[in-house]
Parts: sequence; structure tokens; C-alpha cells
Amino acid sequence: MAPLDFKPNDFSEVPYSVYSDEQIYAQEQKQLFQGDAWHFLAMEIELPNAGDYKTMPVGDTPVIVVRDKNGNINAMVNRCAHRGNLVCIEDHGNLDCLTCVYHNWTYDLQGNLATIAFEKGIQGNGGMAEDFDKSCHSLQRLRVETYCGLAFGTFSDDVPSLTDYFGPEMCGNIQRLLGRDMELLGRFQHGLDGNWKLYMENVRDTYHATLLHSFMTTFRLNRLSMKGAVEVSEGGLHHLTYSIRAQDNDQGQYDAKEIRAQKDDYALKAPELLESWPEFECDTTLAIQSLFPNFSIQQLSNVITLRLIVPKGPNKSELTWWVLGAVEDTPEQRAMRIRQSNLVGPGGYIAMEDGAVVGWVRRGVTGAEDKKSILAMGGRDVERISESRCNELAVRGFWQGWHGLMES
Amino acid sequence: MPDSSLPPFDADASLLQRIDTLNRRYGHVIDEDKLEEWPKFFTEDGRYMVTTRQNHEANMPVGLILCENRAMIEDRILALRSANLFEPHSYRHLIDPPVVTGLDGIEYSLQTSFACFRTVQSSAPEIFCTGKYLDRIIDDGSILRFKERIVVCDSERIDTLIVIPL
Repeated sequence: MAPLDFKPNDFSEVPYSVYSDEQIYAQEQKQLFQGDAWHFLAMEIELPNAGDYKTMPVGDTPVIVVRDKNGNINAMVNRCAHRGNLVCIEDHGNLDCLTCVYHNWTYDLQGNLATIAFEKGIQGNGGMAEDFDKSCHSLQRLRVETYCGLAFGTFSDDVPSLTDYFGPEMCGNIQRLLGRDMELLGRFQHGLDGNWKLYMENVRDTYHATLLHSFMTTFRLNRLSMKGAVEVSEGGLHHLTYSIRAQDNDQGQYDAKEIRAQKDDYALKAPELLESWPEFECDTTLAIQSLFPNFSIQQLSNVITLRLIVPKGPNKSELTWWVLGAVEDTPEQRAMRIRQSNLVGPGGYIAMEDGAVVGWVRRGVTGAEDKKSILAMGGRDVERISESRCNELAVRGFWQGWHGLMES
Repeated sequence: MPDSSLPPFDADASLLQRIDTLNRRYGHVIDEDKLEEWPKFFTEDGRYMVTTRQNHEANMPVGLILCENRAMIEDRILALRSANLFEPHSYRHLIDPPVVTGLDGIEYSLQTSFACFRTVQSSAPEIFCTGKYLDRIIDDGSILRFKERIVVCDSERIDTLIVIPL
């Protein structure tokens, strides 16, 4: 096992080796991606009909997610029990059963091995060995649970049920955003030039938001002086940060000349881009939530998105965005969501920098495996809640959760 | 939206030549960093969208970039120049001759293949995007402008970010 060089119970300094070490990467695959965590698989609306399937990775493992004839969502490893060939080649489609093209072994939509080509041989010659028992050679199944239209899977028999894993505070926000009929408005992917954890740190980093994303500050979309909080779940695993619509005209520290983004003469020619409506009674205008290890849900004004960052080796990762609307939206509301979605994704006005910074940190820490990053903004502990968003506690929480699972 | 299932129309050579020139100039202003010129290729109500083949075929309304008029197109350049942060990079477009898919008075529908190479600072050039332009062009007799340009990327996957238009 690779050394996890943290101080005891202190996650305010992170050894840079965690982003590049091959052994740590292999250990993550075992302890996190095949271990005691739930992994996002699909939105139920992506698989509306019996037989609808998609393929996707859970960590490095190729997985088929499919809706069966009883309406349940199942997930199994996309690997034929015979010789390891991919059973589904296409990234999505609809099938009555799953057939491996190599030797025509077929599986039902629960992953049970149904038929084997030439099982009894040809004209009495050949055939499978007599001791071969089809019932022992299903596709490897994941445990699957759904919540608010999201399907998650795990290889673990020990991890608690999905809602216990998230906890009531995290479930509250998922329910608020997604506890209604949703519509998929688009999906994007981008490849990132660094380790997946650099992106998850960024998702949980409330300190950078107004500093790295000039667009946001320029248009006062969010200021750290807005009312809100950062919450971290027990053990650090998940986090939620939110802010409530600003009622004040407080300029605060943003008039300080050192804030690069502030440009008095900068105004949008088409301000309708930012037109929004108060969608939630709680007046939350920004909510970013991470669900350990690599999934997040966010609301930015009326843009509701899901993000999944999948590792592709220690130094590469792949990010997928799902952009969502609600079925109940009026045509005007739907149009506003679609316009506002210019804020997110690989070309998003306040998202593009997040992808780039992953690559810049990777390059910056090359050769610095014996050195550490600093996460001491707001102290060194992992408190459960902070009203100040100028705080790295949620990032410290990520490392607490990561460390706990890696050592388990 | 142009229907790409239509067979190519026979358009007269001079019209094809004018459209081809429009596309070359379009690629030129982007590749030569004359981005303030880029919005002028659109009508005032011109629509510009960058999407992926998967999203386009599934009729997904959200774009990687989605501008509903020329003002929004200008804002993309304003943000690129003044707000967004990214590593300096440039494009090199290779744009095919256009295929006409519809002619309706002064409005033409076209489909055009393109490839776009990206060079980030002093790194080696890489293929950033291949795809097709689905266009509706308005001809006022002397000037051709895009009433709509939908950029359909062949791949669902964009490397790192997209800030310079395609």
C-alpha cells in the first residue's frame, strides 16, 4: 500500500503525490471505486423504456446500466463471463437481451447468463464441459438504488443504503432540486488534463469562486458577502454550499482595487443572458453539492446541472455535465434556463476556468511529490458548518473522507 | 433548421463561390484573432450555437455556446477579451466548399464540413474539433450574413475548454 502522508487528523496539508502516484491510483480503484461508496450511474429519464441501456465507467470498470422489463434499473460489469469481451459495444441503445458478439453468449437484462452458442456441441460432438453451471456465470452485478430520479451503484455489500450514505442534510438539497419530473436539456463532456481529485477539490472550494471566475464577480452573481453557508457531512464525505439572494447593496471588499475582475465599464450587450426567476421559496440562488467520491449537483440561478468526473489514469480525467430543466417549466422559464446554460459546461462563462486549472495544477506540482498544498483558509479542522464561504473546510472534508476510505 | 437529409441542390457557380468566400473570411477572422469582426458575419437576430452530434440528433436545446442574437455573440467576444481566463491559444480552420441543402428566395440553407486545429502557446498543433456547419444564410444582394450557424461537433468530447468560437 502506498504511504498516505497526512498528519494524524489534520487534512489542511495535502501531499502532492496523491495526484500522480500510480500506487495511490490503484488503491483508489479498489478502495473507492470498487469499495464502500455509491457511484452515480444515470438519470432515470435517460433510460425511459424497458431494454434502454447505456454504457459508462465506474472508476476504470466498464459498466452497463439497463432498465429491465420490470422497470428496474440494473447495472453490471460490461464484461462477458466467458472471455472478458465487452458485451455492449455501443454507448447507448435498446436491447431485448445482452449478447456478446464474440461467441454469442446471451444474458437477460438482470445479467443472468441465458444461452451459450453450441452449448450441447454440434451434432452431438463438443459442447461445454459437463460441470459448467450457467447459473454461476452471470455478469458481475452492482447493487443499484435510485433517489430523486438518479440511479447509483456500488460494488460494496457493506456500504449503507443510498439515503443513509448521503444523510438527511444532503438528501434535502437533492430533493429540493430534483424531487420533481425533470427534463434533460443537454449533455457535454470534456477531457481534463489532470487528476480527478483536483476537480473535486475545485467543486468543494468556495474560496476560489469569485476570484478565479471574473465573469461572476463582474456581474455580481455571487459575492462572499451574500448570506449562505458551507456544510460538510459526517466524516467529510459530502458537502453543500449555498447562498441566498442578496438583499443588500453592500460593496464590501469587492471595491478593493486588487480584485482583478472588477471593471466598471463592463456591461453585457445582451443582459437577457442572466434573466432568471425565483424558482425556490428558500430564495437559494447558488447551491453546489458534492457527493463522494466524484459526483456533484449544482444550481446556479436557474441552471441545474449534474457533474461526474471519471479518472482516466492518474494524470487525466473526463468530466460529463447533464443540464436539466423541470417538466413543469413554462416556455419562458425553459428559455431562461437554456440561455443561462451559457454559464456552465466546457464553454461556460463561469465554468471554463475550472477545467483549465486542473491542468495547470498538474503541471505545477510535477516533480513536487514530496511537497504539500495548503488548505488552511478558515482554520485546519473539518467543522460541520461555516457561514463564511471564504473557507476551505469542504476541501479538508474531502480529504478526510478520502483518507478514511483509503485506509479502511 | 436545414434538413441534412435533403439531396444537394444545384446552385449556380457564382453563388457557391460567394458562399465559399464567406466561409473562408469567417475562418480567417477567427484564426487571425480579428474576433471583433466575427459578430459582423451574423444578422442582428442571427443565432450561433455550438453543439455536439449527440445533442443535435437528440434535439437537445442547450449548446456548448448558445447565442440568440448578435448582441449575445458580441458578448462572447467581450467576455473572452475581458473576463475569462485561459491559456493563450489559436485555431486554424480548414473549411470545405459548401453543400447547398435548400434555396428559398434570399435565404439559403447549407451544410459545410470543417476541421479546426488548435495550438496552445508553443505546443504542437492538435485536432481540436471536426464537424459541420449547418447554416441559414440571408443574401441582401451584396452581402451574405448568417441568420443561423449551428456548429455540430462530431465528438461529444471537448478538450479542456472552448472559448474561441468555431
